[in-house]
Parts: sequence; structure tokens; C-alpha cells
Amino acid sequence: MRYQNATAYRFLAPYLLIFSIFWLWPIISSFLISFQATRTVPWRFAPTFNWGRLIGDPAFFNALKNTLLILVIQVPVMITLAIVMAVLLNSPLLKARGLFRFAFFAPVVVGEVAYSAVFRLMFNLDYGIINKLLNSVGLPRIDWFSNVTPAMAVIMIAVTWRWAGYNAIILLAGLQSIPQDVYEAATLDRVSKLKQFFYITLPLLKPIIVFCAVLSIIGTMQLFTEPFLITERGGPGGGTETLGLLLYRQGFRSLNFGYASAIAYTMAGLAIAISLVQLWLTREPK
Amino acid sequence: MSSRSSSSRSSSSRSSSRLGRSIALHLFLTPLALIWLFPLWMMVIFSTMPDRGIFSPSIELLPHGSFLDNVNNLQRDTNFIGAIGISVSVAVTYTFLSVLLTSMAGWALARYQFFGKGVVVAIILGTITLPYAVVLIPQFIMVARDFKLANTWVALIVPPLFNSLGVLFMRQSFSMMPGDLFDAARVEGVKEWRIFLFVALPLARPMLAALAIILFLASWNNYLWPLLINSKPGAMTAPVALGTLIGLTKVSWGGIMAGAVMLTVPMLVVFVLLQRHFVAGIAAGAIK
Repeated sequence: MRYQNATAYRFLAPYLLIFSIFWLWPIISSFLISFQATRTVPWRFAPTFNWGRLIGDPAFFNALKNTLLILVIQVPVMITLAIVMAVLLNSPLLKARGLFRFAFFAPVVVGEVAYSAVFRLMFNLDYGIINKLLNSVGLPRIDWFSNVTPAMAVIMIAVTWRWAGYNAIILLAGLQSIPQDVYEAATLDRVSKLKQFFYITLPLLKPIIVFCAVLSIIGTMQLFTEPFLITERGGPGGGTETLGLLLYRQGFRSLNFGYASAIAYTMAGLAIAISLVQLWLTREPK
Repeated sequence: MSSRSSSSRSSSSRSSSRLGRSIALHLFLTPLALIWLFPLWMMVIFSTMPDRGIFSPSIELLPHGSFLDNVNNLQRDTNFIGAIGISVSVAVTYTFLSVLLTSMAGWALARYQFFGKGVVVAIILGTITLPYAVVLIPQFIMVARDFKLANTWVALIVPPLFNSLGVLFMRQSFSMMPGDLFDAARVEGVKEWRIFLFVALPLARPMLAALAIILFLASWNNYLWPLLINSKPGAMTAPVALGTLIGLTKVSWGGIMAGAVMLTVPMLVVFVLLQRHFVAGIAAGAIK
């Protein structure tokens, strides 16, 4: 194929223009801002100002700890659930497939604010439906939002509810791209369904599971709306504060852009590190 | 004879085990589906209940008749109808521009050989795993302070126009089309942009539909960026306006739930009607 530079770049120009202004420059800029003291006018170059503060800031380590805790528990639970959903939705034995698909996929279209409001109301101490149901079966009600552990649990439940179906959609498409004759051959050889799942489905699905896991990790890493709205700005007492929320408070409440940029680059570093670990763990055997 | 009877026995035992597995499947999946639908159901129920009903000790699982009162309460707390107007206009404009931009870029990557192609693809792949937080602060400084565009439609529409999964999806769609078709048009002397507009785009209609739905939804539900950049009451999008009410002490929760329903139910209807496109659009990110 011959080179058609002029034509190609004419088609790419608007896209690359938007990219350069709103992504490329900001990526460089926030790196530079993280080395500046931004609460003086004009900003001045102070390489250790924000990064030095970050290393000694208990609020940062609290947010980091909370974010990693949510990440380590919520992502594996959700991905497992999404795999189960996808495999069962793909079963030829399933009746009323459309209804089940609707139930699991519907949360995909629900906005963060709308579902945060519902979860906040559902887990209300005195009038929330969850506590009423617990009471009605003789269990004690739980003060979800005054203690850290249940508040974290609500965040994880909410995020899992919102995103499990999204991942199940991607995984289901992956399942449907596995050729059927592999399973037919296995069935003829009397390989049990369970063994088929572990020895055929999971290995073939692995690249897509990794893709889902990486996207979920990066999404959860930036978790903001749920602790902002459901647990009321990271409550109780910072117990559900995440890196995303800390960045918001530092950047847009205290207008401390330098420190917020250092937090943002910490998140980026973590995201890259986790992606690399994931890719390394699931590398193709030579 | 014996072989026949043994085969019929094994097939009957297989069909009974099929039945058993089918029952187990539905026994497991039905409660899970009900749990999954429960928050949506409660959203609808809450939106039809007066505030004193929501904050009463009894368990209410069926709709009441106060939806319109709740919409009035919501409108009293914040100009939600106005915010819906902004959200719709912004989402429609954004979707149109983004589909155009994204498919143009996808077309270039799928159909032309050019200098720097590898770099462009690497950039797109790289931004998939880059946290949005990294660009958020400079974007805000630039749009609000340098361009002085805070609280405008431009601020809501233009910065989110860059997307990476959409371009990969369109590149994939265009590269699967037979090249002879476009070559035939070229032989006739048709210009490249006309081939793109009048040959390629019509062929890509199902993919464009999937892309448009996903982009519309993303704009409709977008929260963090509109919260930061359009925080003035008259310029807020609907999710931002609704978010300002959550956590207030004197606020109608029936109204908040009515707002949540107005944000969610239209999207659920679209989802049911266009499920195929929806699923294709989401799945496209990962499947080669």
C-alpha cells in the first residue's frame, strides 16, 4: 500500500488536535505542576514541595490504604461474579434469557449520581430498606455509615452492582467467540462440564479476563462519586476516603493544584505498575 | 439390540441430568437476578412515595401515587427540568461531534498507510490504561482560567471528545470492509472524503449506532468533569444538579428519587430497544 500522508492526517487532524490540547499537554503539564508550589502567586518551582509532603501526609496514606483495600476485595469479587454471570447467561439450558440479561446488564446504563442516591437511601440507618429487611428476619440492624467497615462494604457492594454486568457483557462476547466444536469434542470424551470450564473456558477467556481486570482496577483506583455521595465525602471520619476524593479535595476545594497533581501521578504510577504486573502474570508461555 | 438399549438408557439419564442442571441453573440465577433488579425497583418505588412514606418504619415494596408531587418537590429544590434540557442538548451535540471525529480517525487508521501510524496507535492504546486524573487538573486550569469557558456548553462538550476505545472500534469496523469497494470509487475519480462520507459511513451504520449509544450514555451520565467545570446553578447538567441535593438536610428525598428515575428510565428504555447495539458497543472494546 502506498503512503497517503496528507489524506490520512486530514482525517486524523480534528482527533489529534483535541488529543494534543486536552490530553497530551495536560499529561505533561500535570507532571510539571507536581513540582511547583501552587499556592503562591506566581507559582514557583519547588521540586520537593509536593512530593515531600506526599510522603509524610497521613491523609494520603489513609486514602491510599482505603483505595487499595477496595481494589483488592472488590475487583476479584466482581470479576468472579461477572464470569459466573457470563457463563450462566451463555448456557443453552437457560429460559427467559432476555429477562436475565436485562437484570444483570441494566445497571450499565445507570448514572453514578442516580445509583449513589438509591444506595444511600437503601442503607439508611433508621428507614433504609436493608435494615428493615434485616429486622424483619430477626437480625439486628447495622449502622452502615457510622462505622468504617460497613461503610466500606456499602461502597464495594455499590460498585460491584454497577459494574459486574458491564464486565459480564465483555466476557459473554468472549465466550461466544470460543468455537463450539471444542466443547463438543470434550463432551464426547466425557469431560465434565466443570472440567470443561476450568480447562477450556478459563484459559481461552484469559486475555479478556485480564482486560476486564485492568480496566476495573484503573476504574476503582479513581473511585470518586461513590465515597463523595454515598458515604458523604469519604465518611465516617475519612474512613472511606479514596485517592480520587483526596485529589478532588486538594485540587478543587483547597485549589492546591501542585499537590493534587502529585496525587494524580501517584495514581498513574500505580495504574501502570498494576497493569504491568497483570500483563506479566498472564504472559503467553514461550 | 443391547447396544441400542444401552444408548437409549444413557440418553434418558443424560436428559434427566440436563433437567437437573437446568433447574439448578434457574434456582441460582433467579434470586441473583432479583437482587440485581432490587436497587432499580426501589428507585422507582421511592420516586412514587411521599417523603413521610420513605421515612416511615414500614416496609414498602409497591408503587404509590406521588411521582408528580415528587417532581414538583425536586423542581422546588433545584431547577431540574432546566438541567435536563442542558444535559440533553449537550449529549446530542457531543454524540454527533464525537461520532464524526472518532469515525474519521478510525477510517484513517484502517484505510491508509502513513508516516507515524504506529505512534498514533500507540498513543491511543496508551491512553486506555492512563487514569483520567492525570489530565483532570490541567484540563480544568486551561478551560476555566486560560480559555475562560467555565459554565459554558463548550466546556462540557469539547474536552471529552477524545476517546480511545471508540476509535479502535471504528478502525476495526472499517478495516473489515472489502477494499475493492473503495478502490472502485477511486477509479471513478471520487474524492477520499466523499468515499468516506457516502460509501464507508453508510456501510458502517450498525457500528455507528453502537458507538453513538455508548457515547450518548457516557455524556448523559458524566459527573466529575461537569461537576468541576459547570458548577454555577444555571449551567449544571442534570446529574450535577441532582448531586448537589444529596446530603442536604432539608431536601425532598422523594424528589431526589424522582430525579434519579428521570435520569435512568429513559436510558433503560433505550437499552431494552437497542440492546444489541448496546452490547456490541461495550463488547467491542475487548474483542478483536
